Amino acid sequence: MSGRARFAFGMLAFGYAFLYLPIALVIVYSFNESRLVTVWSGFSLKWWHALFANEAMLEAAWLSLRIALVSATGAALLGLAAGYALARAPRFPGRTLFGSLVVAPMVMPEVVMGISMLLLFVGSERLFGGPDRGFLTIAVAHTTFSIAFVAIVVQARLADFDRALEEAAMDLGATPWVTFRTVTLPLIAPAVASGWLLAFTLSLDDLILTQFVAGAQSQTLPMRVYSSVRLGVDPQINVLATLVVTVAACALILSGWLTRRQRG
Amino acid sequence: MRFVIGLPFLWLGLFFLLPCLLVLAISLGTYAPDSVPPVELGLSFKSFALLFSDDLYLAAWISSLRIAATSTLVALLLGYPMAYAIARAAPNRRPLLLMLVVLPFWTSFLIRIYAWMGLLADNGLIEQFLRWSGLASNPGTILGTEWAVHLGIVYAYLPFMVLPLYATLEKLDHGLLEAAADLGAKPFAAFLTVTLPLSLPGIVAGCLLVFIPAVGEFVIPDLLGGTETLMIGKVLWDEFFTNGDWPLASAVAVCLLVLLVGPIAIFQRNQARSLERRT
Repeated sequence: MSGRARFAFGMLAFGYAFLYLPIALVIVYSFNESRLVTVWSGFSLKWWHALFANEAMLEAAWLSLRIALVSATGAALLGLAAGYALARAPRFPGRTLFGSLVVAPMVMPEVVMGISMLLLFVGSERLFGGPDRGFLTIAVAHTTFSIAFVAIVVQARLADFDRALEEAAMDLGATPWVTFRTVTLPLIAPAVASGWLLAFTLSLDDLILTQFVAGAQSQTLPMRVYSSVRLGVDPQINVLATLVVTVAACALILSGWLTRRQRG
Repeated sequence: MRFVIGLPFLWLGLFFLLPCLLVLAISLGTYAPDSVPPVELGLSFKSFALLFSDDLYLAAWISSLRIAATSTLVALLLGYPMAYAIARAAPNRRPLLLMLVVLPFWTSFLIRIYAWMGLLADNGLIEQFLRWSGLASNPGTILGTEWAVHLGIVYAYLPFMVLPLYATLEKLDHGLLEAAADLGAKPFAAFLTVTLPLSLPGIVAGCLLVFIPAVGEFVIPDLLGGTETLMIGKVLWDEFFTNGDWPLASAVAVCLLVLLVGPIAIFQRNQARSLERRT
């Protein structure tokens, strides 16, 4: 191995240590007896019991899950349409504007998007008397934010595959809708699924946008976590972190295994 | 097809374009603390004038850009060798190595920042380690300093740096390096004249993917930084939630967007070019 490669692999090891040590410590300290995260004072499951008895936290988690389901599904449908339009419609009025509108939410600073969406909802409240800020406004905001992520994977997938397949179906008499359903959709389904999953994760994790549009009544999981973390370290959050990391790792391993089996 | 284009177009126009125009409109209004919402519409540049005349805001802009730029540089210096090593690893190992980079991204951002709070806290493990290793005899608390903010940004955005770098380095033709070596280039010279220029699109993409969100970052300076760490995302947040000055917060948002239009345009042109090269 050359010196350069050895240096690169050394940095890789350092990088992984940097990425994983903090997470590992959070997991270890979720089993700590003491409230402090600087001292290890023995193994205990009391913070695990405390978290699962924490009604407010569980309620917030349930709200977050429902919002993530709705907004990821909305983003998948709208993103599928947007990605399809960008890949298959070369010309239509306003295409440039459409293209930048689709990707802009991805690069927009979240604080800016948060304030702008809140102003919209405040405006509609004044003009039309609704909607009340809560589940609906959060779901709409998350959907808008996530469309880009689905659209981009769908567009890339459509750009990659052979158009002749669609043309052959049309030549054999299939209507555009039948062609889409029987040829295009099965081919881009993995892209839509991974976009959905990304949108779901982003929604579940979003704090800033949510904080702006949530209103006084609804508290999502990240909002709860944030307000508890601001006051300092809380072992219950360590337990939550352990759960989140475990679920994410399992999901990634599963998806890696599925793609390998598909190929092999 | 009309429906396929129309539906997302309408949605984004209503929930993205219109809100942006509203921010612009509110930023030109004046602060009216007694009305609900606390804005009087109009055509005044008072909020913008305040933004450019008050030293506090100016300092916040400068330190946001500085912190974002140095963090981006550190992320590049750490991420480049990582991406390089993954691209040079045996092909059957690469998916696993990449997955290890991506996995933290799929866990919660907030929780990853939280992880550092305990580490950096007063008498936390980092401080204990520094004292034990003799690197610093009296390091003091790191939490609440700009060091902690830099660390948090590099930590949170490292995957965004590694992925585009890996994408360009993986496609690099190894024959070019061999040709350079055959022509007498030393490994380091070959790296500087072949690998580095060819991976430039990845460098640009990675740096901008870290820099753009870092400038407007709120959570990291709020949780890891102290009261003296000024960042513009936090200023916007405080003006809005604490002071209730909607026009000023909107003016900050407008300026932040104007500031980021350049980097965003460079990023998109860079992406379009890489896409062209691929086909």
